[in-house]
Amino acid sequence: MSENILEVRDLVKHYPVTQGVVFKKTVGQVKAVDGVSFGLRAGETLGVVGESGCGKSTLARVLMNLEKPTAGSVVYKGQDISKLSGGALRRLRRQIQLVMQDPYTSLNPRMTVGDLIGEPFEIHPEVAPRGSRRAKVRELLDLVGLNPEHINRYPHQFSGGQRQRIGIARALALRPEVIVCDEPVSALDVSIQAQVMNLLEKLQSELGLSYIFIAHDLSVVRHLSDRVAVMYLGKIVEIGTEDEIYERPTHPYTQALLSAVPVPDPTQRNNKTIIRLTGDVPSPISPPSGCRFRTRCWKAQEVCAEQVPLLEIRRDSDHPSACHFAERREIVATHEV
Amino acid sequence: MSDILVSEQSAPGSGGSGRPSGRLLEVDDLRVEFRTRDGVAKVINGVTYHVDAGETLAVLGESGSGKSVTAQTIMGILDTPPGFVTGGHVRFHGKDMLRMSAEERRRIRGEGIAMIFQDALSALNPVFTVGFQIAEQFRVRRGLGRAEAKKRAIEMLDQVKIPNAKGRFNNYPHQFSGGMRQRAMIAMSLALDPEVLIADEPTTALDVTVQAQIMDLLAELQRERQMGMILITHDLGVVADVADRIAVMYAGRIVEEADVYDLYAKPAHPYTMGLIDSIPRLDEKGQQLRTIKGLPPNLMNIPPGCPFNPRCPMAQPVCREKVPPLLQVGPARASACHFAEELVNRV
Repeated sequence: MSENILEVRDLVKHYPVTQGVVFKKTVGQVKAVDGVSFGLRAGETLGVVGESGCGKSTLARVLMNLEKPTAGSVVYKGQDISKLSGGALRRLRRQIQLVMQDPYTSLNPRMTVGDLIGEPFEIHPEVAPRGSRRAKVRELLDLVGLNPEHINRYPHQFSGGQRQRIGIARALALRPEVIVCDEPVSALDVSIQAQVMNLLEKLQSELGLSYIFIAHDLSVVRHLSDRVAVMYLGKIVEIGTEDEIYERPTHPYTQALLSAVPVPDPTQRNNKTIIRLTGDVPSPISPPSGCRFRTRCWKAQEVCAEQVPLLEIRRDSDHPSACHFAERREIVATHEV
Repeated sequence: MSDILVSEQSAPGSGGSGRPSGRLLEVDDLRVEFRTRDGVAKVINGVTYHVDAGETLAVLGESGSGKSVTAQTIMGILDTPPGFVTGGHVRFHGKDMLRMSAEERRRIRGEGIAMIFQDALSALNPVFTVGFQIAEQFRVRRGLGRAEAKKRAIEMLDQVKIPNAKGRFNNYPHQFSGGMRQRAMIAMSLALDPEVLIADEPTTALDVTVQAQIMDLLAELQRERQMGMILITHDLGVVADVADRIAVMYAGRIVEEADVYDLYAKPAHPYTMGLIDSIPRLDEKGQQLRTIKGLPPNLMNIPPGCPFNPRCPMAQPVCREKVPPLLQVGPARASACHFAEELVNRV
């Protein structure tokens, strides 16, 4: 449980902003992911939270090597994924799979469930010989709580939650060790969301999977994660165990984010202080100098504009926090009911 | 102002406190079906709720429960076909809007009842400036001149706290961020000072920090204007923060209606109980989430008896036979469950 199965070091992904049609010139960079480092331990769930545009989905794409990083490395068991290509990459892909957000668009409507879940076997025939594939698909359907008899149905015959189960079954087909879940439950209704989250937990304990769980919903992330990384404008601002982040956050952004989550308990209405952030997230094309959060931060000083705060353990923080003035603050609504 | 349609009402803007009787807005046994090629989907099967001035009614439900269709029917923006109103009434100040002429309804829209939508980007017209779209209402409905309308529109933008409202007047919707677009839409819907505001998932597309800003803004504007508000949402967290009363919808019916505190403290319908149990809470890290098993019903083929019975942990034979009516189970609360009494009286 302590060995890092996946190491991400100084990962950077910039997208060029271009102008002109014939003579394209690059006029800027969208700094979607800008220097992200973390490790994923075997069997754990690392939650990644942040608001839209903070780079969490780009992170997922780079981790999967669907996009080449601009700089930095993603090392899986000693191998740098971003340097691999061809057969070596294909072999490695077996180990890391992705579950996507939208179960409506991520499944090909013209393929039956059997074909959808069996498709990974076409690319990796060594996993299941042709004759045993249907049986394997049935097993997978059963594993994710779908009726194996429905193997010949099409995606439109399933509800959103069931489709997400199909997506999960497909990700499991090659028996990966790591699954990157990019907002897997945000398109689902509350009652269905809970079913899928329970399924993900069950699969993890049965198959010993490691998850990178990306979501914007802080309660969902807390429920599933062992450790949590909070992202803002392409950088991790705070990382720690689920308790450290949710009970003892030290970065002002994490504190504000947590305070803004509505608590489903009307009696807490007047007991909580919401830290109100003003304004919007700045553009990732020209992020603020120094600390990227300083334009919305109530603690900002001159030093924040000059120096980029490093993600490190600080005096008043028992876990890495990228704030010059990291300190604990009692803000989260009380935990005693 | 709105004297044409509220002639029998006392001083407009007084919040209706002096109104003799009757509700501000009342939906009564509304029934809507969608006639499609594949069959008839019974989307709304007898919905009854009301909202009074200064009050926030939250309509809570999952996708397909009919909460948005009810709102569209109130506004008169239901797509017909495929949607058809097959019964019921929508009364605004006691007048049945479903039996009004198109012209009469049009007059209520905006001044009587206004609506804000989930997705501001598709609700705003991309080829006109935000300012123009707000000012247009003052010109068409109030007969103001261009300059005066512009002034009023800028005031509105100011009220919803858009920084540099004057400079933003000539921006197009795509130049606004998500939160600002939502603010612009709120400005637009409040421009004619409506008595009821229907907010259909106003913050679902927004991030939490922005969501908090928008909900605050709505609450503040509502207090100032003593508007009645119908907040349509699936988010039990948002509801707990702002609602006065809650109506829970399932398969086109209200299954429970209660004061916000009562509903969370002691839900009187197994569906509400299931919903509350299945939210992962920030302040509780449990082992397994309790879930509601199964799926919402197919609206073309709603199960006989209580529509929730196939998923209900408490279902008895009677639940498969008789549709439970929405009955009073306490002061100001109602539940459509055969066993509501037992649920309310449990310790």
